[in-house]
Amino acid sequence: MSDMKETPTIKEDFDLQKQLKNNAVPIMFVIICSIGCYYARLPWPFLINEIITRMARNSFLVISLIIPIIAGMGLNFGIVLGAMAAQFALIAVVLFELQGVAALLVTIILMLPMAIFFGWMTGALFNMTRGKEMITGIILSFFANGVYQLICLWVLGAIIPIKNPAVMLPSGVGLRNTINLKPLHYVLDRMFELQYGMIRIPVVTFLVILLLCVGMHFLLKTKLGQDFRAVGQSQHIAGVSGINVDKTRIIAIVLSTILAAMGQVIFLQNLGILTTYGSHVQVGTFAVAAILVGGASVSKATIPQALLGTLLFHTLFIVSPLAGKNLLGSPQVGEFFRVFIAYGVIGVALALHAWKGRGK
Amino acid sequence: MAECEKITVQERLKDAAKSLGIPRLIIFGFLALLFVAALFLKLDIASLFSNVLTRLGMNGILVLAMVPTMQVGMGPNFGLPLGITCGLVAATLAIELNLVGWTAFVFALGVAIPLGGLAGYAYGLLLNKLKGEEMTVGTYFGFSIVSLMSIFWAMAPYKSPEMIWPYGGSGLRVTISLAGRYDKILDKFMSFSIGGIVIPTGLLLFFALCCFLMWVFMRTRTGIAMTVVGNNARFAESIGLNVNKNRLLGSTISGALGAVGIIIYSQSYGFLQLYQAPLFMAFFAVGSILIGGASINHALIRHVVIGTFLFQALLVTSLPVANLLVSENLSEVIRIIISNGIILYALSRKEQGGEAK
Amino acid sequence: MSQCILELRNIVKEYFGNRVLKGVSLRLNEGEIHALIGENGAGKSTLMNILFGMPVIHNTGGYEGEIFFQGNHVEIKTPHDAMESGIGMVHQEFMLLPGFTITENIKLNRETTRANVASQVFGPSMRSLDMPAMEADARAALDRLGLSLDETLKVAGLPVGYMQFVEIARELDKKTTKILVLDEPTAVLTESEADTLLTTMERLAKSGIAILFITHRLGEVMRVADNITVLRDGEWVASMPKSEASIEKLAELMVGRSLENVAHHRDLSGQGVDTFVEIRDLRVEMPGEEVRGIDLDIRKGEILGIGGLAGQGKIGIANGVMGHYASSGTVRKEGKEIPLNNTPVALAAGMAFVSEDRRGVGLLLDQSIELNIAVPAMQSQRQFLTGGSLGLTDNKSMRAHALDMIQKLDIRCTGPEQLTRRLSGGNQQKVCIAKALTLHPNLLFVSEPTRGIDIGAKKIVLDLLVKLNREWGVTVVVTSSELAELRSICDRIAIIYEGKVEGILAPDASDRDFGVLLAGGLKAAEKEAS
Repeated sequence: MSDMKETPTIKEDFDLQKQLKNNAVPIMFVIICSIGCYYARLPWPFLINEIITRMARNSFLVISLIIPIIAGMGLNFGIVLGAMAAQFALIAVVLFELQGVAALLVTIILMLPMAIFFGWMTGALFNMTRGKEMITGIILSFFANGVYQLICLWVLGAIIPIKNPAVMLPSGVGLRNTINLKPLHYVLDRMFELQYGMIRIPVVTFLVILLLCVGMHFLLKTKLGQDFRAVGQSQHIAGVSGINVDKTRIIAIVLSTILAAMGQVIFLQNLGILTTYGSHVQVGTFAVAAILVGGASVSKATIPQALLGTLLFHTLFIVSPLAGKNLLGSPQVGEFFRVFIAYGVIGVALALHAWKGRGK
Repeated sequence: MAECEKITVQERLKDAAKSLGIPRLIIFGFLALLFVAALFLKLDIASLFSNVLTRLGMNGILVLAMVPTMQVGMGPNFGLPLGITCGLVAATLAIELNLVGWTAFVFALGVAIPLGGLAGYAYGLLLNKLKGEEMTVGTYFGFSIVSLMSIFWAMAPYKSPEMIWPYGGSGLRVTISLAGRYDKILDKFMSFSIGGIVIPTGLLLFFALCCFLMWVFMRTRTGIAMTVVGNNARFAESIGLNVNKNRLLGSTISGALGAVGIIIYSQSYGFLQLYQAPLFMAFFAVGSILIGGASINHALIRHVVIGTFLFQALLVTSLPVANLLVSENLSEVIRIIISNGIILYALSRKEQGGEAK
Repeated sequence: MSQCILELRNIVKEYFGNRVLKGVSLRLNEGEIHALIGENGAGKSTLMNILFGMPVIHNTGGYEGEIFFQGNHVEIKTPHDAMESGIGMVHQEFMLLPGFTITENIKLNRETTRANVASQVFGPSMRSLDMPAMEADARAALDRLGLSLDETLKVAGLPVGYMQFVEIARELDKKTTKILVLDEPTAVLTESEADTLLTTMERLAKSGIAILFITHRLGEVMRVADNITVLRDGEWVASMPKSEASIEKLAELMVGRSLENVAHHRDLSGQGVDTFVEIRDLRVEMPGEEVRGIDLDIRKGEILGIGGLAGQGKIGIANGVMGHYASSGTVRKEGKEIPLNNTPVALAAGMAFVSEDRRGVGLLLDQSIELNIAVPAMQSQRQFLTGGSLGLTDNKSMRAHALDMIQKLDIRCTGPEQLTRRLSGGNQQKVCIAKALTLHPNLLFVSEPTRGIDIGAKKIVLDLLVKLNREWGVTVVVTSSELAELRSICDRIAIIYEGKVEGILAPDASDRDFGVLLAGGLKAAEKEAS
């Protein structure tokens, strides 16, 4: 009887070995990035500026992955659909010939209903393929890309007549390969920026990202956030305790899709140019790889992991072609190497997840 | 036995319609529609037919490579690029050694089969630790292999002038012509034409031979053991079968078939495609077999043949029809939509036998 | 006398024409511990499902009879209704999220929240969690249980006993809870944990909560219960205050059955029959049915029954011997040691097994009857093969054999090509037996042969087992939760309790003897009660 009354304490002493083991992935990438930076021999200001630019450009997309991970749906490869919603909205805004902040606002207004609809469809599909959300997301992103291409290549022009030579192919059917987003270029980044020599800091963009982080933090402390976490741990127990599991899962995907769409707008306003048939394709893969590099897993992710991952993954992106050239005499090898890293990191993370899952 | 009832004709018909499935009926209908359109548009029907036959043989073996992993319960082999890569290595070796004609072809096959099998075996060892996640991991594993091999192609110390860049530098070209090597060696073997339709006899015979061997294999004691493992792993264990060993076998055969498949594909196509080319081949193969009526863990030879035929026929006929009607090259887009659409459909269906789990 | 808080009157429940509850009544008073006891299948779970408004009841046509809560007639249609009425249920399997703290689990989907700007725009799901308030509530609930556990700890890593308490605390935290239903709460606990739980139950009862205590541990019943109700075969058998009860009496009431057909029973001990199989210190790690050191002899030519309540380990024995679950110990068959954890060797030694999990392990549901019957023998004995070393399947001999089995075992089907999924439970079981027989075993393990089979088919399957034994000379070991069926066909019956053989009885031994062994032996039970 007495032995029961002792309160068990779960000790969380700082254990260096354990810390190293738990953070093995980010540590490994810090090392790879350092080697890459060394061999790339880029001037520091240039490198720092590049990193800042890419952090501003990509963080939002990476953070959009967090909610589905917490809700137990794994890595949401379906954020590609969010990117598509953003691109449709941007194309429309270019057609309307809007400028600056007005263009940005209209883009967001147009994008929202599409993102919600795509997210809802994705979520509903995930509910039909429960337990296989990730492979469904991967295939869905390919499928959606097919439909997107069909719309952009053929429906626009042939079914919906559009006459705008800046957007349409000379034949009048299908969109151009690249569409100039001049009216929106840097609309956020250059709204207010700080400049130190070569280094430019897009303050407003970072403020938007900060706002997102704060909002995300707040969300996870609400009733809805608690429901995400409960559903993520056990759909069965959450269901028995009265949480509407299917609805919660759909909300998680809708939010993720909306954030991804917003992220893609930030991404493209920085680039200033829309590669109609390419800009969205790798969004899912790269965002997923980034968050994993930051130390997240299929079932656990935090905002710092997302940010750290974005930093490391994109540093690697900047330095690997040059490092490849200087080390191996071929920039192409560096290019392939970074693609390999992106795919490899995802593959290993998924394998580890499956391996751990088997122990249960 | 007196109690055993007779199966009614109605039931048989129902079963037949059920086994064909709604997606196949839709695709057959769509195909018929395209065919009528082609007739109206006065397209060269004979060449369409020749084209379909060639592409059936060309892609068939890659689709056949899905059967062993699906039957043994590992799901469609999204790691197919691994086997494909092995086939490409074998094919480039044949050129590097300056082999020509049948020698080159047989040499390539001879190297490809053990190499692909070995790779498949290693891949199977990995997947045995990841039961239930084979598809997700396989997809990205396949992607990784393709990009890793891209580094290999870019650095491989090959010397043959047919393969390296004409202006020097290291690495292989993106596409390597097989002209003068074994270009269309099977396609032209005993080939003849009836009414303008060219029959690639050798190619079809080879495909048929592979299908037949697989069919026989699935009926041997070992083949049945694989099916049992795929149907119900716990049942398999209860009758003394080694689940992991059978899964390894499935993955090995699939790897070897992937390697053979790409050699057959390339001899028909006339080119070896390196670097990123194998990236999406698995998806088209998976799409094909699912269109043929397979489910994630159940695939038969007839699913391979019907699926490859339907998928390729759809592409071959839709391309010129679409070209005439919408004057755009949409074949790639259609390929993506169909193959991934059918995979999504298969994923969203409740697995048969799911209640056994 | 304290007030009656819950009354069940004449509850009847049918599942597809099968009456599982035949007019059960029960009165529960405020502040009392009422024990509900009965064998597996006595109807305890069904009664609890009705009380808790589980969907399974209402999807199958609801129930008959009346439920009164504090004197008012109530209809409990959903778990939510039950909760509203103040019924709290602690499930056998824990409903706790390991990654949440104790507080978060106690307040799961009943979180205390505060309004904020976002919630005024987007609705209540945006309200912030009020963690301090939640922790205070959790603290209060834990205090009522007398537990000094830190409420901010994660549930993952807590000992099982504590999880049980967290579950109870969750029910207590629902302010409306007046009745607590505990379903086999001590099954997963260690002795000292169980002891603490019983003390806590008494303490809660004193504070006015009525506890319905479902168990089959008679010692615990005698220790804490105020009143006791016994169910058997879905029927109300007896209700009594503890003062009128004794362990023997309760055991007899639990088991008692009319024994019309114990006729087959033979005494083989005097015929110089040798020990056929000798099992020594067998331990099997089968989750939920652990075997903890069994010594058992199987005689040649007998039908040996293995009985016991659920979770005591009877199911684990055959699974361990056949290598389905990790096991240790020694098994000797006809003097020769059979290595454990090796299914192929066990099969080669002439043993065959009809699993209790017919659909999960026993059958390939999407394959034909003929393949199901032939495949074990094909794989382990190379039967039904042609083509020499190639080993092609011989469809002709497979078909002939299947037809033969269909006839001999009277399998009702449309033909040997029919998928086993489409067969009825009884016919599926016959396919499983045919599958085992095709291996020509001289020892057949059969687990739960009649589970999920309708009554008519039950008798056919049991008669079949006797026929195999008498006419084909197969030694049969039948494991079953239904004592009555063991008593109708077996020569001897071993009762398993807590992973060990509690005793071996002849099938015509008295109900009292069986009841006492099932409940863990007289001595052990008395010790517990004292």
